[in-house]
Amino acid sequence: MSIYTSIRQNAIGLGLFAILTAGVIALTQTMTSERIAENERHYQAKLLYEILPTADADLALLPQQLSQELFGDLALLGVKDGTAYFIDRSTQDVILPAIAPDGYTESIRLLVGISQNGQVKGVRVVSHKETPGLGDRIELKKSPWILQFDGVSISVPAEDAWLVVKDGGAFDQMSGATITPRAVIAAVHRALQFYQQHQAVLLGAQP
Amino acid sequence: MSIESHSPAPAVQNPTQDIIKDGLWRNNPALVQLLGLCPLLAVSGTVVNALGLGIATLLVLIGSNVAVSLIRNHVQDTVRLPAFVMIIASFTTTAELIMQAYAFELYQILGIFIPLIVTNCIILGRAEGFARKNTVWRSLVDGTMMGIGFMGILLLLGIIREVIGQGTLFAGMELMFGPAAVNWKWVIIPDYSQFLFAVLPPGAFVALGLLIAGKNVIDDRQKQRVQKAVDDQPALSRRVRVTGHIH
Repeated sequence: MSIYTSIRQNAIGLGLFAILTAGVIALTQTMTSERIAENERHYQAKLLYEILPTADADLALLPQQLSQELFGDLALLGVKDGTAYFIDRSTQDVILPAIAPDGYTESIRLLVGISQNGQVKGVRVVSHKETPGLGDRIELKKSPWILQFDGVSISVPAEDAWLVVKDGGAFDQMSGATITPRAVIAAVHRALQFYQQHQAVLLGAQP
Repeated sequence: MSIESHSPAPAVQNPTQDIIKDGLWRNNPALVQLLGLCPLLAVSGTVVNALGLGIATLLVLIGSNVAVSLIRNHVQDTVRLPAFVMIIASFTTTAELIMQAYAFELYQILGIFIPLIVTNCIILGRAEGFARKNTVWRSLVDGTMMGIGFMGILLLLGIIREVIGQGTLFAGMELMFGPAAVNWKWVIIPDYSQFLFAVLPPGAFVALGLLIAGKNVIDDRQKQRVQKAVDDQPALSRRVRVTGHIH
């Protein structure tokens, strides 16, 4: 058998194999995507009430949409057009989704609760793939680190102190993890900037 | 491939008992083959994380070993490595998706370990070194035993590092076993300020080195015992050999 025949045969074999394995993944994905989205919605709803424990059922049931039409550029939040955000009508507290694209592995998805006076009510991590034991301490169940955002606002701490202590900022670092806290701090800051720019539109949305 | 050179005996003829001994002790993936060190060192800071990675690795190792063994007669030798990589990658991805859809709680506990497993060379090492030349049943046993051997060392490291690093044992077990496990936490040294060296990967490196040294000491002792037993045999059998030399 000449070398060309063998290369061709192997290439075709491997190609078929790739199609088969990719097909299995594609099939599983289409079969599970709906359920996964449902699971994530449930989990997100749970987090909404961790941030605003006194809010009523409408908070999760009547989400608002972040559309480019109303808000222009959504780059500060890093989310896609049409992503949901949430309002507690009785207190005018808002929960914004925010994505930190620059974590250690994939994007870190956050929820940032902001009260009408621009103070953070709470931040929670919806999903992430940071290293277990190091960067995963952004999860509340593993460490209280994320609670230090409670009560901060766009001006407190000052603009140039939105960094970890090691970088000369006001936020606690994590031993062993540098990139993850930096990414989360920056994403929360950007969410507050977005809130400041669009507060009227965010709160003006019709239920 | 260097992975193969670590397996001392030709794997093909091992009876089941040998496979078990290999996985747990003689050819332990963490202590002898030194595979998968990157996740091992990164995630053995506490017992609960070690257990999480251990379980996830065990499951993927069993699955990939069985899958590779199933196709072992249908893949050309020259292209087997890319084929194995595709199997392992698709198996892990599918497992992750299914877990996310049907066991979301479990996914939230073990999901963060999955990206670490894909890069774990134990998986490819066992595919290449064992599963591709053995039956499905033997590959299953091998995957299970190698997985348990790896998990054992992970847990040992987790125990050592958690005690020295944080002064506690079994902290955070409720993440895996539910609220009932909150009071499993055992404060061994009260008011202990963290010993950062043990918490961070360098501490894991040193601890693993000591474990390997410990295993070698035990193996050496046993070898000496066997040697001594041979030496102490009655003189008769020796004389036979000696006369053999004179001729």
